[in-house]
Order: sequence, then C-alpha cells, then structure tokens
Amino acid sequence: MSTIDVTLALVVGGLFAVGFYLMLQRSLMRIVLGFLILGHGTNLLLLVGGGTPGLPPVLDGASADPDRIADPLPQAMALTSIVITFGLTAFLMALAYRSWYLTGNDGVPDDPEDRRIGTIRERADKDQDTYPDPEPDSGPDAGPADDGTQQGGDR
Amino acid sequence: MTEALLALPVMLPAIGAGLTLLRLSQRAVRLLSVVVLTLVPADALALLVLADTRGPQALHVGGWDAPLGITLVADRLSALLLTVSTLITLAVLLFAMGQGTAEEGRRVAVVFHPAYLVLVTGVSLAFLTGDLFNLFVAFEVMLAASYVLITIDADENRTRAGMTYTIVSLTSSILFITLIALVYAAAGTVTLAQLGPRLAELPHGLRETLSLLLLVVLGIKTAIIPLHLWLPDSYPTAPAPITAVFAALLTKVGVYAVLRTETLLFPRGSGWILLACAAIVTMVVGILGAIAQDDINRLLSFTLVSHIGFMLFGIALFDVRGLTGTILYIVHHIVVQAGLFLAAGLAVIRAGTASLPRMAKWPPPGVLVAVLFALPALSLSGVPPFSGFVAKLALLEAGVAQGGAAAYCLAAAALLTSLLTLYAMTRVWTTAFAGRPMGTVRGAPGRLASSVTEAPEPQPGGVRGARLMLTATAGMVLTGVAVAVFAGPLAHIAERAAEDLLHPEAYRSVVLVGEGEHR
Repeated sequence: MSTIDVTLALVVGGLFAVGFYLMLQRSLMRIVLGFLILGHGTNLLLLVGGGTPGLPPVLDGASADPDRIADPLPQAMALTSIVITFGLTAFLMALAYRSWYLTGNDGVPDDPEDRRIGTIRERADKDQDTYPDPEPDSGPDAGPADDGTQQGGDR
Repeated sequence: MTEALLALPVMLPAIGAGLTLLRLSQRAVRLLSVVVLTLVPADALALLVLADTRGPQALHVGGWDAPLGITLVADRLSALLLTVSTLITLAVLLFAMGQGTAEEGRRVAVVFHPAYLVLVTGVSLAFLTGDLFNLFVAFEVMLAASYVLITIDADENRTRAGMTYTIVSLTSSILFITLIALVYAAAGTVTLAQLGPRLAELPHGLRETLSLLLLVVLGIKTAIIPLHLWLPDSYPTAPAPITAVFAALLTKVGVYAVLRTETLLFPRGSGWILLACAAIVTMVVGILGAIAQDDINRLLSFTLVSHIGFMLFGIALFDVRGLTGTILYIVHHIVVQAGLFLAAGLAVIRAGTASLPRMAKWPPPGVLVAVLFALPALSLSGVPPFSGFVAKLALLEAGVAQGGAAAYCLAAAALLTSLLTLYAMTRVWTTAFAGRPMGTVRGAPGRLASSVTEAPEPQPGGVRGARLMLTATAGMVLTGVAVAVFAGPLAHIAERAAEDLLHPEAYRSVVLVGEGEHR
C-alpha cells in the first residue's frame, strides 16, 4: 500500500482550478488553453493513481516485486488519453480558427436563440396579422434584439 | 467463429473508414459504406441469437486476458442494442446519400463517409466493450466523429453550435478520465466485471462519490436535465440525417452506459431516489421546453431530452420489470426518434425553413410524408397500437408493481409527459404536415433569398435522390411498426437481458475466464 504524493496531488488540484477557470472565459483561445491544462491535470491524476512515481514500468528478468516496479496500466491509459487530448486539441484549434475567420472575433457569441425568443411575440404578430401592432419596434422585448452579435435564428 | 463475430462490428466500419479515405470514386465509396453497414447489423443479429441461446460471449483481444487486455463482450443487452443501432445507421446513410444526390449542385463533403463509419465504430465499441477505460475510448471515437459531422461545411451559426457541443462533450470526457483515475486508484482495476466486488469493499462515502461522478459524466453525455443544455442548442443546426443519427444513437449509448455501469459497478437493493428525481425533472421540463419551441428541429430535440427521462424511469426503479421497460424503451426510441427527424427533414428540405410559422405558409409536403411523420409521432406519444405504448406500458406496470411514493410520482410524470408529447406532436403535424391547401400559399413573406426548393426542377438525380430519401424514411418508420408487431418476443428478450443485468454472474465468469482474482 503506497501513500500518495502530496505535491503531485496539489499540482493536480491547481491544474484543475486553472483549467476550469479558463474554460469559463468567453475567449475561445482561453477555452482551448483551459481544455489543454485540464487534460494535463487528468493525465497527471492517472499517473498519481498508479502508485509511487519514478519506478521503471518494465524490468528485465523475473523480478515482479510490486515495490520495485511501477504499474504500467495507468501509464498506458495516460498515453492513450494524451493522444486523444492531442487530436481533439488540434480539432478545437481548427474550429476556433474557423469561428474567428467567420465572425472576425475570438469571443463566444451570444446564443441567437435567446434573442430570437425575445422577439417571438413581435414576429407572431407580424406573421398572423391578428393583432394590430400598437407600437412597432418599441416593445419591451424588441430592444435587446438589435444590439450585440450577428444574425439571428433564420435557418 | 464467435470471436470473429465479436470483432467484426468494430473492425468492419474502422477498416471501411480507412478505405474511404483512399482516392476512390464517389460510387465506390458509397458502395463500400452500404456494404459495411449491411454486414454489421447482420453480424449483430447473429451475435444476438448467439448471446440469447448460449449466454454472453467474450473476446480477449490479442490474447491478453481480462484484467489487463482489451475485452469485447456481447450479452443480450449489448447485442440487442447493437442490432437496432446499426440498422438505423444503414437507413440514415441511405437517406444522407439520397440527400447528397438530390442536391447534386452542392459540393459533397468528402469527409462524410469516413466520419460516419468512424461514428459507427465508436457506437459498436461502446456497446461491446468490457472495461471502463475502453468505454471512454469508445465515447471519444464516437464523439470525435460527431464533432466532425456536426461541423461539416459549417456556417457561422453551425460553428457556434458545434463549438458549444464540442466543448461540453470534451468537459465530460475530461471528467470521465478523472473518474477512471479515481476508480483505478481506489479499486486497482478498470474491468467492469471485476469492479463490482472490488467497489463493494470500499467505504460507503467513497463509493457514493464515485457513483455520483459517474452519473454526472454520463448525465452530460445522455443529456439528463439539468445537464442537457448543449443538446437542443447544437443538434438542430446539423443537416437532417446527421441530427437523426445523433438523436437516435449518441444519447442512447449514454443510457446504455448508465445501465451497464450502474448495474455492474454499483448494484442496489432498492429504487434510487436521486435518479427518480432526475427522471421526473427530465421528463416534465423537457416536454415543457418542447412545447415552447417554434422551430421543428428544436422541438424534436427537446422531446428527445424529455424522453430520456423515460429510460431513467426504469433504471431508477432498479428491478427486473423496470429495467425491462428501459430496454424496450431504448429500442423503441432509437427507431422512432430517428424516423421523426428524417420525416421532419423531408418537410424542412421542401419548405426551405425549419420555423413552424413559416412552414405553415407553405403547401403541406404530401400525404406520404405526413403519414411518415404521423406514425412515429403517435408512437412517441404512446398511442396504443404502436411501439411507444408497449414500452410505456411496461414502465408504468413496473412503477405500479414496485409501489412507493417515488414510483407513483414517476408514473404520474410519465403519463403527463405522454399527454404533452401528444399535444406537441399534434401541433407540429397540423402546422407543418397538414397545412393549408395550395391556393393560399403564394408569396409567403420573409422567405430567405437563398431558398433551395421553390418547386425544385426535376433533374434525374433529384428525383432519384428524393425517392431514396423517402424510401429510407419509410424503412425506418416501418421498422418502428415492426417493433410494435414483434413486441412479444422483444419483451421476452428484454426481460432476460434485465435478469442478466441484475444477476451478472454469467457475464463475470465469461469475462474473467481462467483468471482468478489476482492482484
């Protein structure tokens, strides 16, 4: 029964905190960085979970003494997860670039659906023509639709 | 022989995806995809028969035995879901090919076929895998393909939605690795068959923590309310066939994972109040969200979220009847939800918009499409002769049989949700599918200039493609009807599968063959 390394545990906690903080930002680049750091945190956690660090995972000869050999399974898992994280980070960067290319900024845009729901009553009036619109374009819901980011819910 | 059967559902689509990346002609790529996706359901059906007659089958990949190597296991549950899921992927592929043919002028995305086959690989692996880490890998394979599919040819709106989808999924994946690390540190293994007894020895608090973390991870992937927010935001932006396959499969794979892990890792003696609450909230809030929508795809996405609650219903009861109901419901819902999205896709392609008020101004898409939407819609609402009724009846009977406040609340919420589903579906059907007659529709205001289908010019490819789309949708709807027709045998298999889940001794002995408890 091995004990856990406190320093490593603290590092894992720190990486998680930083990663989640960055992921809560509105800049896509920071979100990608946050994902990277979170990925490092979890990979480190996998290794910490595998027992005492610093021992060789493979020994020649017949010595399978668990005190002298590191558990290779979490290392294999960490390797797999590093590969996956790497591939997905590349994809995420491409997507962030695409978003920047299309919108011209790096921010996470507002949800057009929110603003569309804000204008739903106005549009229903226009479409059905059942209610004469008393004050066009100045209802309480119409205001937020005009500010902010790009085009709304027409699909 | 059985080993080949087990390996093929994962190997075939993976190899197929590799081959489609070669510079083959369009026709060859299509033929390859269709052949692969025809062979896989046939193989899955053979596995189902085998698992039902001879018990669970296991394959230790590369000759490494269970706790160390990669294990593929097929029991009744996984084989049944694999069969239904891969059948759906074939129908959706045909629909997508039809759409591709119909819109010949548009550039056909080269990555569609490889990404789609990789998605099928992930789904198969998720159903067949025997350990927690490979479950994670399967989810990643499946989701990585889905990130690509949801952002193919993305415009601004789809990039935004795809970003949301990707980042939420990645966060849940990160939490999944965290869970695996903690489980491995606590129990020293990730093989599902071994984990049950090992986790039972842990202190109560630690065990509950792991169980909850698992529920959160899978809850995000399954879109259990309040972890569902990404789903109605991202699914509707994708083209119809992609939305259909996501709606049919991705969340169901999540439910399957909940079912598998909660029964194997954290077996309970009685109902599970927390999950019961989540199920009630998911059902009711989801359907209220659906009623508030006026975009047909968003509405269907919300009903999808809502009906995840029905599947949790049975798991929350945690007895044989409940789990039987859940398995039946998953089978029914995979088929029906895909059929709904495809039929809605047909109408949306015709009208050029997914907004219900605008669709109402266009001529209805024809009797056949209207019927193709009506059948799964009625089935989803649980109207008697259809599959939804069978599955809901099984769940409600299970709830009443177990008794207790939680079970009755679940049953009441389920009934209310069914009623509201019927309302939502009726509204969609009357506005979009049974709209006004032809005369009143000319010059509908506010239409996009880029409208695709103002009475499309009948090119030969267009007609052929449209026919293929219609055939694929009809096939899906008929499969839904078949689920109702063969409800008897299906219910028996589901019941035996539920028995297996609650008494996993056979599963354990097959996976851990020749391996004593070592380590």
